[in-house]
Amino acid sequence: MTVVYWLAYGLLAAGALLSLVRLARGPSLLDRVVATDTLLVIIAAGLAVHAALERDPTVVPVLVVVSLLAFVGSVSVARYIGGMMLRSPKNEPADQPAGEVPR
Amino acid sequence: MNDISSVGDVVAVVLLLIGSFLCLTAGLGVLRFPDVLTRMHAGTKPQVLGFLLIMLGGAIRLQGWSTTWMLLLVAAFQMLTAPVSAHMISRVAYRRRHVRRDLLLVDDLRSGEARDSVYRGDEPADAPPEEPGRALVESRREDEVHRDDGAQREDGADRERPS
Repeated sequence: MTVVYWLAYGLLAAGALLSLVRLARGPSLLDRVVATDTLLVIIAAGLAVHAALERDPTVVPVLVVVSLLAFVGSVSVARYIGGMMLRSPKNEPADQPAGEVPR
Repeated sequence: MNDISSVGDVVAVVLLLIGSFLCLTAGLGVLRFPDVLTRMHAGTKPQVLGFLLIMLGGAIRLQGWSTTWMLLLVAAFQMLTAPVSAHMISRVAYRRRHVRRDLLLVDDLRSGEARDSVYRGDEPADAPPEEPGRALVESRREDEVHRDDGAQREDGADRERPS
């Protein structure tokens, strides 16, 4: 049992550390968004592993909150970066249907 | 109570270990891959498969219907929201030229959405991969090249079409 504990938490911690390094080093904002998303998923997975190994269902509602938070955070930052992006002036038909793209 | 006593416990522990291993691979991929799209490709592996495996292991090991339903809710929510956030992040990444285009083999959006990838005004504090002026010039050149290309293809399509 101890071996399982160490192995599971070790793998999760290694993954979290690697994505944390990417979060610190990431050259652009979107890299940090992706790294934050991965980090939150790994944290939720760690909570679930704790709940499963200890047979302790008290942290299960926290899982719902963490996964919801990850979604809301990444989508809002992505929309914020997309809002920074203005269209170039020669692209006047703003709502061009996608069917006009030559394939 | 915490021991591994039955077959179900062994299965649950194996599922938990596989899920943890997928989290490690996600960290590796997020650190090692070259651009946003490939990092997201690696990072969404545990987001669906690893998370589902860990939820399954937890549902086997935590007996009781209320926790099982809650874990099922979390898994369904994750499967519902992962494509949405991935779509939004990758769309913004493509338009803001955070993609290593020299590593792409197929680029279906090149003549379509790449046209509005030139950004002006609010630039993020982190350095964009290309200069705005050079990106503008390059995108205009790409537009012209692809407009010609598209016109030729449309002609070809008209010729092929029996009228």
